[in-house]
Amino acid sequence: MIAQLVDGVFWNIAVAIFLLGIAWRIFAVFRHGARQDLAEPRGSAASGAIHTNWSRFIPRREIVAKINLHVIAGYMFHLGLFILLLFAAPHIKFAQDHVLGFGWPAMPHWAFVVVSQIAFAGLLLLWLQRVLHPVTRLISRADDHISTILVFVVMLTGCMALFESYTGLRVLHRFSVELFMIYFPFSSLMHAILFASSRGYTGAFFSVRGVKA
Amino acid sequence: MSTALERGIETLKGQIDARVESYLSSCVHCGICAEACLFYTETGDARYTPIYKTEPLRKVWQQNYTLTGKVASALGWSKPMTEADLSDWEELAYDGCSMCGRCSMVCPMGIDIAYMIRKVKEGLAAAGFIPEGLQEAGKRALEFGSPMGLTSKGLLTAIASQEKEIGMKIPLDVEGADYLCMLSSNEVVGYPEFIGSITRIFDKAGVSWTLSSDYFEATNTGVQIGDSKIAAELSGRIVAAAIKLKVKTVISPECGHAYTTIRWDAPNFLKQKFPFKVVHIMELLDQLRSEGRLKMKDSFNAKVTYHDPCNISRRGGVIDQPRNLLNMVAPNFEEMRDHGDMNWCCGGGGGVSSNERAEPMRLKVFDVKKRQLDELQATTIVTACSNCRHMLEDGLDHNQMQQETIGITELIAAHMA
Repeated sequence: MIAQLVDGVFWNIAVAIFLLGIAWRIFAVFRHGARQDLAEPRGSAASGAIHTNWSRFIPRREIVAKINLHVIAGYMFHLGLFILLLFAAPHIKFAQDHVLGFGWPAMPHWAFVVVSQIAFAGLLLLWLQRVLHPVTRLISRADDHISTILVFVVMLTGCMALFESYTGLRVLHRFSVELFMIYFPFSSLMHAILFASSRGYTGAFFSVRGVKA
Repeated sequence: MSTALERGIETLKGQIDARVESYLSSCVHCGICAEACLFYTETGDARYTPIYKTEPLRKVWQQNYTLTGKVASALGWSKPMTEADLSDWEELAYDGCSMCGRCSMVCPMGIDIAYMIRKVKEGLAAAGFIPEGLQEAGKRALEFGSPMGLTSKGLLTAIASQEKEIGMKIPLDVEGADYLCMLSSNEVVGYPEFIGSITRIFDKAGVSWTLSSDYFEATNTGVQIGDSKIAAELSGRIVAAAIKLKVKTVISPECGHAYTTIRWDAPNFLKQKFPFKVVHIMELLDQLRSEGRLKMKDSFNAKVTYHDPCNISRRGGVIDQPRNLLNMVAPNFEEMRDHGDMNWCCGGGGGVSSNERAEPMRLKVFDVKKRQLDELQATTIVTACSNCRHMLEDGLDHNQMQQETIGITELIAAHMA
């Protein structure tokens, strides 16, 4: 009964809220419009937007020594999460059976274990930084902690359900994913999408002025 | 809710556009911006974290533009903005931020935090939360034409004195000149030799130029306060002077925010494309250098470094030109550790220098510049902003340091053939 709900109605509701919520948030950002810049440009706004979208993946040399924990833990978590999402065997099978109709090679079990440990370590380091450092402790919102906890639970239940030995574990993982998807559009998790427009606006602003940002 | 508070909140609501909403929606509160901010690194106080200075804007956005925020407000779960909040942020935004924009260069989400702090200032100014020093400077700028209260009469006195010193006529109100050179009252009062220097350089290089007795002031207190109306009014006076004299180009003097204002912001304040170009004096001098019109008689051989004014380099895009000029005249020019678009501010930008109550903080955050200078051991600091120069002199004096400061224009004039 619960498994049917989680795999059926709950899943459909979560997907609908996820997709409509993201569409709404993107609309909400661009509904305001941006003011046209009337100053004579020195460089191309478009090339600046593209440049900054890539350049901000790498921290500035002048500051990297002070933020190495952010950088290392950030990459550990984000890369780990994407690898798990895209190359865990159950995910590929799900995509093939229910979404895309085709699959791709999965990573071996040992790689899953290694990558998940790296991703967990990265997420925990980032969260410890958030609660222990005076700056992040001051500026963090409840939303930041809820987002972290949700991602942690999704990853944990995913590890528990890797072999799909027990339906209950698989259902638990799927349910946690549904909660994550429902929360996503209304939270700072939206940075996963809106970082592109944020970097784009700043890149365009600086490029028009002749600065590579 | 008081009328002033309501006005502040409404003004903050009016600042939300697609760019601001992108920024607010993508911030993950990582705190990396703090490590780029001299007000945080030199005090260790987390309240000076750049993104924290934008909190009033975030709060207004959250409560009025997001579903979760609206629900939380309706249920009484989120605290409404109060005058006490704005009062707290007045200190953070005006005393604890020089609008240098270094934070904007390091945010992994690409958030231009300085742009948002400027928006916060709009709300604070609308609600009347403006430091007294800036308020007074704004009044003087509107009434007398300069934040220091210097009138055209004062300019004419400085011109007469410089004409006597250099033995040359300084062009004034020349209709149809190619260039109109604006000045900052800080230059006219503190460094009047700038006027003599440009006169000598332009004369030797054959540049057709003029000053305007109608309006000479390049600085814009409206920008420092965060009041777009004042900013537009003051910018409009420059435009009117340029149109009246039918010049092709307006020259921004050695002043950082004056340059970004007239070059990049003023067309947007005034909602018009200008019928003239705007260049910084460094751009023009470098153009003259590249055309072979600047001939040096000798060089300045002391160990020299260059302090990048934030608004000219990082937020203005004039980075290579002063270096080209220094390489021409100063063979012992060396860079500080962090320079160019990642320079450290002098501490007095964004109106901090006009805000007397912020002086102890400004001198405290100068420690970062002191470390840079101690490391390099240059004997002369060259810059291209009279406000930076003033702040550097203050900081050097406060720390009993022996370095000398000079503006690039003055340095070139002193060594021209």
